[in-house]
Amino acid sequence: MTFAYGQEAVLDGVSVAVEPGEFVALVGPNGSGKSTLLRCLLGLLAPTAGAVRLFGVPPQSLGQRWRLGYVPQRPALARDLPATVEEVVAAGRLARTGWRRRFRAEDREEVEHAMSSVALLDLRRRRVSELSGGQQQRAFIAKALAGRPDLLVLDEPVAGIDAESQRRFRDSLTHLVEEHRSAVLLVSHELGAVAEDLDRVVVLRRGSVYFDGPPAELAATGVSLGVHRDDLPLWLEGLVAPGDVRH
Amino acid sequence: MLPLPYPFDREYMQLALVSGIAMGTAAPLVGAFLVQRRLSLMGDGIGHLAFAGVAGGLLLEVWPVATALLVAVAGALAIERLRGRGRVSGDLALALFFYAGIAAGVVLAGASDRFDATVLSYLFGSILTVSAADTWTVLALGVAVLATMALIGRALFAVVLDEESARVAGLPVDALNGALAVVVAVTIVAAMRVVGILLVAALMVLPVATAQVLGRSFRTTVGLAMAVGVGSSVVGLGAARQWGLPPGGTIVLVAAGAFGVVSLTAERLLRRAGRAPALGSVPGTSR
Repeated sequence: MTFAYGQEAVLDGVSVAVEPGEFVALVGPNGSGKSTLLRCLLGLLAPTAGAVRLFGVPPQSLGQRWRLGYVPQRPALARDLPATVEEVVAAGRLARTGWRRRFRAEDREEVEHAMSSVALLDLRRRRVSELSGGQQQRAFIAKALAGRPDLLVLDEPVAGIDAESQRRFRDSLTHLVEEHRSAVLLVSHELGAVAEDLDRVVVLRRGSVYFDGPPAELAATGVSLGVHRDDLPLWLEGLVAPGDVRH
Repeated sequence: MLPLPYPFDREYMQLALVSGIAMGTAAPLVGAFLVQRRLSLMGDGIGHLAFAGVAGGLLLEVWPVATALLVAVAGALAIERLRGRGRVSGDLALALFFYAGIAAGVVLAGASDRFDATVLSYLFGSILTVSAADTWTVLALGVAVLATMALIGRALFAVVLDEESARVAGLPVDALNGALAVVVAVTIVAAMRVVGILLVAALMVLPVATAQVLGRSFRTTVGLAMAVGVGSSVVGLGAARQWGLPPGGTIVLVAAGAFGVVSLTAERLLRRAGRAPALGSVPGTSR
């Protein structure tokens, strides 16, 4: 697919697929088109040419919206929002129930399960605005999990959160992939927490796919995803100049 | 007439009580969503449009409540459309309609030659002069607001949390925002006889500000806000009769006083209850 704002092409001939049960990371330097690709995938933008298919249909035509879970980049939460963790997570269940149907016992169980999978069950009655940044992010991941999606899309979910929250974050994603066979598409600069669990890494550069393959192949070129966490961002910024890795 | 004690022992006070309770319940319920969406002044903007509608009704010699409802609903949808399309910011969209509404109201009221006590009763409320028919109208509009919010409240909460995620989840975000705008317009028209167009937004915002200090969950906050709204209406009406005060202003002053008392004592009360204070901030400001 291709996408352009007016005459300016942001994505040019990008072709990416995510299979069921796959854990894929989408990375790229600033301005590489990651966010635009994400918004096209979510159906918030329409491609200029080509097509996006979600479970075989255009995103706008997807009837079972619960199949797609989305965690935005650190939602702009009002500091005085009077909402508990449980209320926030339950809001994610609406993708499954629709906005008119009342919650049943199974819905409440799913909400509880989602909170449990991100280790927030003990904080369920706390105001979400009183939690740390990492805990808030986990609450929003649980919100996306509450609909039990087949594909979970996360936009920079670990930016600036503490190590403990990153570990919990990793556990919740691997739980989703292993237990529910859901696919995960993670857009991030920081893959250290999940480096060992990824099936594929897609690197975007100037609106095109620069690399698409297993992390080991990327690591073989000298780019470290896990041990030296800073390597990937530095390498990505270096992509402004032609690199050696091409797949 | 019901055998109620003083100050609600007269029929006009009982009619006022019914209207006050209806709006004390409905206005904070709607306001809870506006406050969280940083649209606290939307009530004011639409209120000024309702004033233009009232003045238009007086000019055309038709029922002013009907014309106010028509203009307020149309204006609310237009504000939401402008805001939703991102052509102008939320506060600028409100300002545009705010000024246009009040200017149109002044011109139309002047042209109708009714710039007198009739207009003032809409601007500042005249709850003690409402008729039984007026009370039924307020009650019917209040029930319509409560029923609508019961239906869309959960989905609106998801939109409040994150509009983009709600859209991705397949919620009809534009329709929900439009419905909220219409409900705000209906609430304002219903409440304009209670506290007046100039003060109606206060009944939407002040009880929510008070409730946010104490409530932990959204559900509790909304419940507390409605309780504060009803309490302010009842106490305000009683005080107005006892001391011969204007009831609309008195109701709003009681609501403002409740916020002052709660925010000053919340820390001590909540610590005694074994809880850290919720936040203690005025909505829209940071801690």
